[in-house]
Amino acid sequence: MANDKYETHEYDVIVIGAGGAGLRAAIEASAAGVKTALICKSLLGKAHTVMAEGGIAAALRNVYQEDNWKVHFRDTMRGGKMLNNWRMAQLHAQEAPDRVLELEEWGALFDRTKDGRILQRDFGGHRYARLAHVGDRTGLEMIRTLQQHAVHKGIDVYMECNIQRLLKDGDRVCGAFGYWRESGKFVTFKSKATVLATGGVGKAWKFTSNSWEYTGDGTTLAADAGADLIDMEMIQFHPTGMVWPNSVRGILVTEGVRGDGGTLRNSEGERFMFNYITDYFRAETAETEEEADAWYEDKTNNRRTPDLLPRDEVARAINAEVKAGRGSPHGGVLLDIASRRSAEYIARRLPSMHHQFKELADVDITKEPMEVGPTCHYIMGGVRVEADTAATTVPGLYAAGEVAAGLHGANRLGGNSLSDLLVFGRRAGLYAAQYAQDLEGHPSPATDQIEQCAQELLAPFNNDGGENPYSVHMALQDCMQNLVGIIRAESELKKAQTEIASLKERLARVTVEGHRQYNPGWNLALDLQSLLTVAEATTMGALERKESRGGHTREDHPGPDPDKYGKINLVLRRKDGEFSLSAEPLPEMPDDLKELFEEGR
Amino acid sequence: MASEFTMRVWRGDLSGGEFKDYRVEAQEGMVVLDVIHTIQATQAPDLAVRWNCKAGKCGSCSAEINGKPRLLCMTRMNLFEPGETITISPIKTFPLLRDLVTDVSFNYEKAKKIPALKLKAKEADGTRRMYQDDVDRVQEFHKCIECFLCQDVCHVIRDHEDNKPEFAGPRSFVRLASLEMHPLDEEDRREFLKGDAGLGYCNITKCCTEVCPEGIHITDNAIIPLKERVVDAYYDPVVWLMNKLTGK
Repeated sequence: MANDKYETHEYDVIVIGAGGAGLRAAIEASAAGVKTALICKSLLGKAHTVMAEGGIAAALRNVYQEDNWKVHFRDTMRGGKMLNNWRMAQLHAQEAPDRVLELEEWGALFDRTKDGRILQRDFGGHRYARLAHVGDRTGLEMIRTLQQHAVHKGIDVYMECNIQRLLKDGDRVCGAFGYWRESGKFVTFKSKATVLATGGVGKAWKFTSNSWEYTGDGTTLAADAGADLIDMEMIQFHPTGMVWPNSVRGILVTEGVRGDGGTLRNSEGERFMFNYITDYFRAETAETEEEADAWYEDKTNNRRTPDLLPRDEVARAINAEVKAGRGSPHGGVLLDIASRRSAEYIARRLPSMHHQFKELADVDITKEPMEVGPTCHYIMGGVRVEADTAATTVPGLYAAGEVAAGLHGANRLGGNSLSDLLVFGRRAGLYAAQYAQDLEGHPSPATDQIEQCAQELLAPFNNDGGENPYSVHMALQDCMQNLVGIIRAESELKKAQTEIASLKERLARVTVEGHRQYNPGWNLALDLQSLLTVAEATTMGALERKESRGGHTREDHPGPDPDKYGKINLVLRRKDGEFSLSAEPLPEMPDDLKELFEEGR
Repeated sequence: MASEFTMRVWRGDLSGGEFKDYRVEAQEGMVVLDVIHTIQATQAPDLAVRWNCKAGKCGSCSAEINGKPRLLCMTRMNLFEPGETITISPIKTFPLLRDLVTDVSFNYEKAKKIPALKLKAKEADGTRRMYQDDVDRVQEFHKCIECFLCQDVCHVIRDHEDNKPEFAGPRSFVRLASLEMHPLDEEDRREFLKGDAGLGYCNITKCCTEVCPEGIHITDNAIIPLKERVVDAYYDPVVWLMNKLTGK
């Protein structure tokens, strides 16, 4: 058979990544009756989902009866500057409530309304209080609930197992190849269907809210397997990350602070967001502080505070304030909830923020404002998928969660990520299982394919180039931070391309010390392949999209270009290691949904 | 604001090893994990450490700092005097893999055995109703980030390897308490608690509570109420009282 040299497992469906999307996919595939494995590069329950704070967006209508899927759909599309895949946005808004209620069946305990139902909180870009939450640790609740459910269902979990390559039989994906972190030994998974749920790419930037796992693995695996990527230039910089001390710069400060009454101020004490209301959102945004403050209690007669404009708008505003010399002492702005809500309320609603600032910055957020600034948080672009089935453009390969693209368009609304994981994690698991059931025979990779992967992965040990993987990583982070950040320009993007090319050369000279057993230097050297791949893809897209939209702002093309770039996805395909780029029209929204955008507010 | 420290870090695996000293400069605001990362980047690229979020939310970077179980990412360097030698060793209760990384599969195996949630029927209107006052006490247990520091410090297994098969440990008790106290749960786990989980081994010294980075009152709010449930079910209170009084 294919290869007895390495440990080999055979499954119907393998799911790579065990955050919210991966867990939900594995649960669904397993429930469909196919043999399922869940593979993750950390311990189970440690994936980046655990860091999500604010909540899960779903039109449950527990707080506002007026809410429904159409309003959620509209908010999502407008937040994404209409670059979203309309069908994904529709499915997401329609199915999110059921997915949240399902979590409750599996043991999640959300904060409650007075009449005993799931409480919902305000968040940026959402017309009504919509986020089911548990204080400010919603992601922990979600991942633990899914983890325990998966464990009780007896799903096989392979922890600290790092997948490095997808295997193919002709044009189909038929498994994956990687290594155990513990031993450094190689392992092969043969599968009929494979689900990518590997998350994002934030570790290519210097200041990021993302954990170490976010190295663009799935995006790279998919591209190398021949799958389309779209809109890789769409990167979300969350407006509020910690800025001080420097060593914790980038750690997330939940949007829930503003959802629960916090406001942004500059060094002059001004609530500056009132100066950054764009025409696009003017009709639905409060113009005075009085109206903004009244909105928290009465949404019928008041419009939303500009503190809760979508994230791209707020991040750009903070960036501009700091640039204009009105920043806080450490180069951010001030986020003040202390003067606006009681200490008891803050400690109850935002316990983890309270703890985080006290422990890491000696700041008591019930007494003083926080210093915050933009941090690389999320990629809206990624692997192109079919809306209903989460299938990529390669047979046998599915993708869900942050690694997939389309739902969020040019900018993701807060709270729409956790619901994305549940809705499309489930769909990916379901359709991957169906695909596996319908497939006749078991596809199999060629032996030399596996052997070639193994040789490539061992290359850093046999290299005498002397490059340090940590230095290459730091140089990449500086490059992306400085040249492919919130505000971009052609000259800088071109410079980034040159730097990324030279970093690729340096990566080829990386030398790893020691042996294969739990060796972070080696692990990083391998992750750098995918980090550089996504950096290259993002830069290429950013250079091509000559407009400003959502998570992509061009200083040299400051406005949106609705007639050209507003109508297209930028599609990237990789062949023999080289990307090519093309523009393809967005899927056309049906008329009955189009009407939702014509009725004004 | 930078200060120099000597970091004495355990290097080795099950076949042996030793503490090695690294001189490192710590910048203002740094935590121990930052310093470990500095050592990796500049002096020991293959130094093994497990970490994920570096924000105290995932519970991956558990270790013993000067002998005390802590999260590397939530321990500020300004706790120490400049020039001080700081000893970093892997958590002791679980088998060493390499350097600061241990095999914590014990905890995942124990989790598999816990009887799952069993919810009672929905309300007549098809909804689930639970009130904040009732979920508050369970939400405390749901704060657990599974850093396993409570398991590490628990002397029942820290000092007695042979107790491991019969004892589930504080982390499991917190999970069991969260299920037992779920407002809508109807499963009965008392036999499991008394038997497989080995709740009786715990003699409430509160070491687990002291090291919990989430401040969960493990002993008072989870373990003691569980013990009370087991006692109520299995020990006739009259006989128990008589024994107490007669000193048996």
